[in-house]
Amino acid sequence: MSTLIKYTANGATEIENSFVHVVDGEPVPQGADIIVSLGRIKAEGEALLASGVRVGVQIEPAEAVEDLAELLPRLALVAVAFPKFRDGRAYTSATLLRQRLGFNGEVRAVGDVLREQAYVMTRCGIDAFVPADGSSAAEWSRAAGHFRHVYQTAADGRTPAYAEPGRR
Amino acid sequence: MYRYDAIDKEFLTDRSNEFRHQVGRRLAGELSEDQFKPLRLMNGLYLQLHAYMLRVCIPYGTLNVAQVRRLAWIARTYDKGYGHFTTRQNIQFHWVKLRDAPDILDALAEVDLHAIQTSGNCIRNTTSDPRAGATAEEIDDPRVWSEAIRQWSTLHPEFSYLPRKFKIAVTASAKDRTAARVHDIGLALRQGRDGTLGFEVMVGGGMGRTPFIGQTIKEFLPATRLLSYLEAVLRVYNRAGRRDNIYKARIKILVSSLGAEEFGRQVEEEWAQIDAARADLPDTELARIRAAFIQPGLEVLPAVSDSYEAARGANPALARFARNNVSAHKAPGYAIVDVSLKAHDATPGDANSDQLEAIADLAERFSLGDIRVTHEQNLVLPHVKQSDLPALFEGLVAVGLATPNINLVSDIIACPGLDYCALANARAIPVAQSIAQRFLDADRAELVGELKIKISGCINACGHHHVGHIGILGVDKKGEEYYQLTLGGSGAEDASIGKILGPGLNADQVAPAVDRLVEVYLAERQGEERFLDTYRRIGMTPFKEAVYVDAH
Repeated sequence: MSTLIKYTANGATEIENSFVHVVDGEPVPQGADIIVSLGRIKAEGEALLASGVRVGVQIEPAEAVEDLAELLPRLALVAVAFPKFRDGRAYTSATLLRQRLGFNGEVRAVGDVLREQAYVMTRCGIDAFVPADGSSAAEWSRAAGHFRHVYQTAADGRTPAYAEPGRR
Repeated sequence: MYRYDAIDKEFLTDRSNEFRHQVGRRLAGELSEDQFKPLRLMNGLYLQLHAYMLRVCIPYGTLNVAQVRRLAWIARTYDKGYGHFTTRQNIQFHWVKLRDAPDILDALAEVDLHAIQTSGNCIRNTTSDPRAGATAEEIDDPRVWSEAIRQWSTLHPEFSYLPRKFKIAVTASAKDRTAARVHDIGLALRQGRDGTLGFEVMVGGGMGRTPFIGQTIKEFLPATRLLSYLEAVLRVYNRAGRRDNIYKARIKILVSSLGAEEFGRQVEEEWAQIDAARADLPDTELARIRAAFIQPGLEVLPAVSDSYEAARGANPALARFARNNVSAHKAPGYAIVDVSLKAHDATPGDANSDQLEAIADLAERFSLGDIRVTHEQNLVLPHVKQSDLPALFEGLVAVGLATPNINLVSDIIACPGLDYCALANARAIPVAQSIAQRFLDADRAELVGELKIKISGCINACGHHHVGHIGILGVDKKGEEYYQLTLGGSGAEDASIGKILGPGLNADQVAPAVDRLVEVYLAERQGEERFLDTYRRIGMTPFKEAVYVDAH
């Protein structure tokens, strides 16, 4: 099972990933927590959500995260996909989940997830990671927390430089 | 001038340490070149034909004395003794070693300089008017807004992996010295009827292989709402911009395919959903930034300096310099001085370490320690007492920086071209030099007047050829360098894209062709017309006939 890193205000820790990615068209495994596609949750949402397991949805870069708005209170997590680390659309998806849609559950980065992106990912409100580069929670924590200051507001709610008491 | 406080300095230290760590991982083989590439690019490090090139950010083209001295030191220590100023008001060093890059960034950080976002698919250095704070033409000081954008865009988490690079310019005068209309976003300060400040927002301008003039999507954006509006534009672009084809990934392609009206509508829809209290800068921060740009040290002087007038009368060289390189300052008795980096035998935009140190010394003595870089690859000393102009002139002459050719035929923009760049198809620098050589007669050059020649060594258009009054594009035809001329472009407030004159020319034919174009202009011009005005009035045909007369 792949490593899952959970990031909180206290830093990053490795936890067990209980969720199974269910490929479209394949049957849903009994009793397991699942992550399904946006298309599947739209088609089978009620049945999946009534089955008693925890349900997450994976958003691809081209998909509009707003389409999840009504379902969000019932979802355990939203996985934002990075098919390539250079594809930055998931940063907007994550930001909107936090700032606009008020989602407080887990936002998980999956795909080409590299520690070099830890800083921007956490700032956009992503709080769980399946790293593709084998990085540890400690390395992830260092990378994400490297900057003592930030210049702009973002989904992580950090105080921007202009609002710091020491600004001159 | 904006001064970095402890927060800004700690940020640069953190950035420098982060990159040192990343370089270490690359050199140890822990990162592949593919993984390392976007990291080094976001720190301004390119791999070129012969070596790494490091592009150092000069926020909105403003430098102080210590910074210029440090650039001179870096050029001498880590490069071959010179640097190249770019059309984004940055400076780049072409002979850098990867292992030295972290040390160079540390040395830069000590004087509040860095290379953040000088490359990569992110928001690049915001460019602005090199005369900001010195010209009476401006509605407001554009540096205030440029600095606000600098901070907002620095490591912006949502907009660090855009479809493609993103360039913003801020102009505040009717005369646009920033090429705002060929930027991804051009911001032109406007004054509302009620006296409040706002921006005309132009989007989707750009050059490269598909040039566009930016289109206005908002006539008057209240200035205090700038950052939320930029967030809306960038978000629409980040989501909808193409990522399948690098050549169609700039915002200009999105704006062009949606239409400016529809793009603007989507931005408005997004903007309406953004929490202004979170996204816009508080007035207190704007006031803090504004206070940093209040210029101390300007004296109350008579409007005319008698000693300067006398010196100009006695020294024709000074008089010529004054005609071409000296402009009015907003304060009586002061002047704005353009320092040309376009001597006829020089590489356009290059300055060596001795010259940089001389500029720093002269700025310290004569320009309140303020130095600017222009997007046309020259420097500006913005606050010079008229009475100091003769001494400044002599100081510039001593280091070969008194070329009196600002806006004239030899004040050429040229990209590094095939002499340095891995992307180039043809050389640009020798072509610029051959044209400058052809117009060595300064009287004739002055007679011709404003004529903007811009040369790019490939279709990526780093030399802005699309917006040259005469544009020159280097192309490769079966292994040979050819040059395609365009006429009628402009990057200024009257922006337009040049049109192709005719078949390509070989390198030796370019300067004679320019000469013939100039002769047509001199024969046809009326009144105060510039080359561009005459072309726009009489059209392509007479110019084309003159250049290709031998081909008939």
